[in-house]
Amino acid sequence: MLRFLKARLRQRTRTSEFPRGTPEFPDRFRGRPVFEPSRCGDCAACRARMPSDLLQITPAGRPVLDLGACLFSPEEAEACSSGAIRFTTEHAMAAGAREGLRSTTGEFQLAAALERKARALFGRSLRLRSVVAGSCGGCEAELTALGNVVFDMARFGIQFVASPRHADGIVITGAVSTNMRDAVLRTYEATPEPRLVIAVGACAINGGPFRGSPEVGDGVAAELPVDLWVPGCPPHPLTLLDGLLRLLGRLPDPQARRAAAETTPNKR
Amino acid sequence: MSRFDGLGLRNRRSIPWAAVPEEPMSGFRESVVSAIRSGWRMVAYFGMHEGSETTRLVAVLARDERGELGATSTVVGDRYPALTPECSELHYFEREIAEQCAVTPEGHPRLLPVRRHPPDHASRPRPAGAGVHPPYAFSQVAGHETHEVAVGPVHAGIIEPGHFRFQAHGEEILGIEIMLGYQHRGVETLLEGVERDRAVLIAESIAGDTVIGHAGAFCSAVEALARSRKTPRAQAIRGIALELERLANHIGDLGAIAGDIAYQPAAAYFGRMRGECLNLLMTVSGNRYGRGLVRPGGVRFDIPPEMAKEMSERLHGLREELAPVANLMLDNASVQSRLEGVGVLSARQCLELGIVGVAARACEVPRDVRHDHPYGLFRFAHIPVATAWAGDVLARSLVRWLEIQRSVDFVIEQLAGLPRGEIRVECAGLRPSELAVSMVEGWRGEIAHVAVTDDRGRLRRYKVVDPSFHNWSGLAVALPGNQISDFPMCNKSFNLSYAGHDL
Repeated sequence: MLRFLKARLRQRTRTSEFPRGTPEFPDRFRGRPVFEPSRCGDCAACRARMPSDLLQITPAGRPVLDLGACLFSPEEAEACSSGAIRFTTEHAMAAGAREGLRSTTGEFQLAAALERKARALFGRSLRLRSVVAGSCGGCEAELTALGNVVFDMARFGIQFVASPRHADGIVITGAVSTNMRDAVLRTYEATPEPRLVIAVGACAINGGPFRGSPEVGDGVAAELPVDLWVPGCPPHPLTLLDGLLRLLGRLPDPQARRAAAETTPNKR
Repeated sequence: MSRFDGLGLRNRRSIPWAAVPEEPMSGFRESVVSAIRSGWRMVAYFGMHEGSETTRLVAVLARDERGELGATSTVVGDRYPALTPECSELHYFEREIAEQCAVTPEGHPRLLPVRRHPPDHASRPRPAGAGVHPPYAFSQVAGHETHEVAVGPVHAGIIEPGHFRFQAHGEEILGIEIMLGYQHRGVETLLEGVERDRAVLIAESIAGDTVIGHAGAFCSAVEALARSRKTPRAQAIRGIALELERLANHIGDLGAIAGDIAYQPAAAYFGRMRGECLNLLMTVSGNRYGRGLVRPGGVRFDIPPEMAKEMSERLHGLREELAPVANLMLDNASVQSRLEGVGVLSARQCLELGIVGVAARACEVPRDVRHDHPYGLFRFAHIPVATAWAGDVLARSLVRWLEIQRSVDFVIEQLAGLPRGEIRVECAGLRPSELAVSMVEGWRGEIAHVAVTDDRGRLRRYKVVDPSFHNWSGLAVALPGNQISDFPMCNKSFNLSYAGHDL
């Protein structure tokens, strides 16, 4: 007992201050990418060098950044030799609509809160069911991390449950492999309405690194209506938490956050 | 004198494809069977397209105590006599060959699919209706008071998909069959077809918790085929990242085992400390799993002196915090009694099934690529091989704890003495018509990649063997006799990858 108490004291309280304060990331952290049109020389050299579909060209010839396709690899930024694409350390990226992840400037339409009735239902207690469907296991590792003492999503009333019958929504990771397609649809069917669908990671959004493989369906969009899109490969736990809290309308507005940041220094 | 002397095949060395013997089936069989009986072990055994009607079977074997690798091959039509009846460790490889290449190993005792997908490395075009598999023929136990329990593919927690079918008598497991393939994404075919910049991102996504391990194996295979030499600094940074990955996962596994027996303090503390190791990888690479770091020719990110110092300080702090928690857990009588004697894998079963990694070392089979087939940093700096003997959940936990301690010390030591030099060199195109084998001791065990190039230097066949491919069979044989309620704990003590297996 004494040893236990000693260990407990030594471990201290490690829960992150999030969503209060501004989270800190190491300088090399690759968060939300930005695109600076003024630096783009229209040389189109990036198209051959880009290992993902991060940068797409519209029929009108305008470059569009697609966060949903981003694999957050250093090569994607380097595909532009004049430095028009770069990664910031900003973690907030989740969008409520697939279109919200596309932008010509790097300003994205982040997720808005659910309408009032849904918020009254889910706002203080959200039960989710995880369905893994053709992933590498990386997104699931970060979903699991949401339950650890640092990120501790349970303090917001968010929990993963053992049956779709107990769930308010499903979280889908992976590109939807042929062998999992049926299980994805049946889990969705088994979730009582109203229900949310949350697509987590590049694979679930557009196939990720496996895009184009005959064994996967290039994401969940073709199968189910999605309420929240969380980009990343895999998304950082704070990107996930930020998206969930945005959806639930539980995120303090940016001004309050900034004010809080000035008064409470964030623990690492 | 070994059968494969003169071939000169070693870990991360490339040899001319023409040097790989092509034997008639009888000679191939004799070579493989006699090698395995005299202490060799199968690393990779796969088929590749050859001509319009035939498939070439390639076997890559290892002799661990001498650090040697061997290879041989044979050409078959649509069937051949299975080798499994003589060498049980080939049973899963031959199931895979049957599925990928549409070649039937006749006389295989249990020829079930591995991943349930249409043949993607077959010589002949897919017959109509291919890909529609007959229902998986689970073995069943009949009798009074016996029953069947089906679990998955969607699990109760946040777990990758797999289907487990238990045959049970009351709470006692009589048998289990594990049906996988739900995560099949067609990794090998993708790697064979895409540009190198994209291929390395796919290699990082073979198993998302083994980014450094699989990217390291991929890049080393490419480097061997391109005759590219990494600098000592690049090798050191790769070695540091590999051990950080091992630390994160081993610490997380101890926490998960504690969680499964409801020992919450250790589950919470280890869970948090796992994150500290991921954050160290993020400091170096910008990603918590080390994505973006390992690239052909070296590494993308340097560890400058001030970063090395900061990382070292954080690791010292971690070392101080780890020991009290590990002792709290592993010295606790109620924890010991819960873990002891559960999920036992014997050394004999381990050898018969070709088990690798932590699961092998926990039953005193000291297989460790870092020691047996040293490469990169591990040729100059050695980590002792950690073993235990009981082969149960406790032994697998102890091996992890021993490895955690050794890896922390190792990383601190390496950070203090990083060699000078460049971190990345140009990696040229691949040499035509060669074969390279690249092995890494990932945190789960031996990762093996085999690459064969065609006469224009393109990848003709890329074979990936994740340690999970070997070890799922180990979990299945360790379970009978245990309670169904102990399954999660046994499963966690192996902690195998679904994605790495399913590819």
